[in-house]
Amino acid sequence: MSTLGLEVRARAGPPRGAAEAASRRHRRFGDPAFHVITLACGLMVAVAMVTLAGVLIYNSWTAIQELGLGFLTTVAWSPSSGSYGALAALAGTALTTLVAMVIAVPLALVIALLLTELVPPGLARVLGTAVEMLAAIPSIIFGMWGLFVLVPFMQERFVPWITESWLGELPLLSPGATFQGGGFSILTAGLVLAVMVLPFITAFSRDVLLMVPRVTKEAGYGMGSTTWEVLRKISLRYALSGIVGATFIGLGRALGETMAVAYLVGGNFIAAPHSLFDPGTTVASLIALQFSEATTKLDTSALIYMGLVLFIITMVFQVLAHFWLRRARRMAGGRA
Amino acid sequence: MSSPSVAPSAPGAPSATVPLAPLRPRSHARRKAVDGLIKASAWVAASFGIAVMLLIVYEVIRRGAAAIDWAFFTELPPVVGEDGGGLGNALLGTLVITIVAALIALPMGFFGGIWLAEFGRNGRIATGVRMIANVNMGIPSIIVGVFVFAILVEPLQHYSGAAGSIALAFIMLPVMARTTEDILNLVPNELRESALAMGVPRWRVTMGVIIRAARSGLITGAVLATVRVAGETAPLLFTALSSPYWLDGLFGPEGFFGGPTANLTKTIYDFSGMPYERMQELAWGGALVIIVTVLTLNIVMRLIFQRGKEW
Repeated sequence: MSTLGLEVRARAGPPRGAAEAASRRHRRFGDPAFHVITLACGLMVAVAMVTLAGVLIYNSWTAIQELGLGFLTTVAWSPSSGSYGALAALAGTALTTLVAMVIAVPLALVIALLLTELVPPGLARVLGTAVEMLAAIPSIIFGMWGLFVLVPFMQERFVPWITESWLGELPLLSPGATFQGGGFSILTAGLVLAVMVLPFITAFSRDVLLMVPRVTKEAGYGMGSTTWEVLRKISLRYALSGIVGATFIGLGRALGETMAVAYLVGGNFIAAPHSLFDPGTTVASLIALQFSEATTKLDTSALIYMGLVLFIITMVFQVLAHFWLRRARRMAGGRA
Repeated sequence: MSSPSVAPSAPGAPSATVPLAPLRPRSHARRKAVDGLIKASAWVAASFGIAVMLLIVYEVIRRGAAAIDWAFFTELPPVVGEDGGGLGNALLGTLVITIVAALIALPMGFFGGIWLAEFGRNGRIATGVRMIANVNMGIPSIIVGVFVFAILVEPLQHYSGAAGSIALAFIMLPVMARTTEDILNLVPNELRESALAMGVPRWRVTMGVIIRAARSGLITGAVLATVRVAGETAPLLFTALSSPYWLDGLFGPEGFFGGPTANLTKTIYDFSGMPYERMQELAWGGALVIIVTVLTLNIVMRLIFQRGKEW
């Protein structure tokens, strides 16, 4: 209790006024000062973000004026031939993210269900920790693993197997004009992204499913429902908006992931991919790979413009995620 | 990573209304079969997820272990195409860049989190700051790299380790603020109230009582936030860049403020793309160091946090 300082003084028996005066002094100077310091730090978080947005706009202004919104509808990024376009990168970003989400979301959901409902609590804790560990591994390691393990597998086994069968006739699966064997491709990048966002979506979904009140579920079981029926008709409905929020968080990660994609997507900045096996590029990996190539002021400015576009896209998804998760928490009776 | 805090539901909180599905008779056998099928697929999916993770960790250990020896930690990388050498300069650089980033971001995030939890609470400003922090945590780290390039590297006309630190600090700040807030919110209100009732000024209640009660969680949060940025690559691409030399002094061409600074992640990225076996081996060694550090610190911090939950 020495931190409080008062008890000791009271026992030593100084005049009562001294302690009170000290405490009044604290209130007059200590508290307001503390409030102001913490407030300043709290506002820093917001100021930093606003500054970032401002700097991005300021530095991309040259490109915005020069290229306008046509930037978004021009396909090729090829500054040497005077073509500044983001469309190929945007298409690549959309496709890789789509592949990642189609694989990761259902997997994450069943794993989250398993962790909350089917597994004994001890094992659930171990598995849950394992999932969170996977989320802590930096993306560069996934990229390296993809480069040395997944790319050869795709190139030598998986892609030939698909393209030589009847599946290769289907749209998105038939090799396009830029096909280079399929090792470095939209699909490879999407697969690694799926592995990367899986733990995030799983962990968030599990947290949301844990908020479903036990009594409600027990009522379901009490009526003779099977585990799946309780999950589908009670837990999932209850947790739906939270799971949507979790999906948006995963989506935001996949959209902005740079290193893993830069390793694997193939770096085709000129043409939009026509199939999942074509090499492509994404906005984030294009910025990473082309920044050092920028020679003129317009080059750099256009790359920052591209960063601004990515910033706006991810911000929209983050804001959506924020609102969905808040709604989920409010519905679950928690603090918003 | 931060996960949504599971707030205990207040007594009397409205429970969500779940719309009733119309009753339809189904055969018992079919219901049991569907249930079994779903359970089986959940097990398969979970085993698959865990298997991929083990596969990645296994691959990094298998390929990385060969590179780890004393020289790996103490020597410069070899000239391209030659044998020997290590990643000593990159390890040192990452350590310095990360520590400086932590020194900038952790105190600021800590006090910002205190403000959110103790003063701002559910006010309009705090709600706004909280939302901006959440959004900020989700912006791609490459954009932070571009931002720091625009404010520091381009005006000063040179890359530097310090610019890398600023970029990492930028990423850590909202993480630390939100973690601090979440953890302070776990401290029971009775503790605040009883300290205030004794006439203790507000700031001493916070710093002496609340922080003390929450210290294991705060330490865990700070360490995990630091480890998380230590593995970042994208923010360093245009800020710290990379260097084949040791970090040397402050303002010289190899100094922390003066020029490109070697760091582990960028070096791994560069080396793994080179067609030389020794370079790739060093890159795997670097990956192993990262994975071992990240996993060990995560596990240790979790244990500390579990044990420290004494309130």
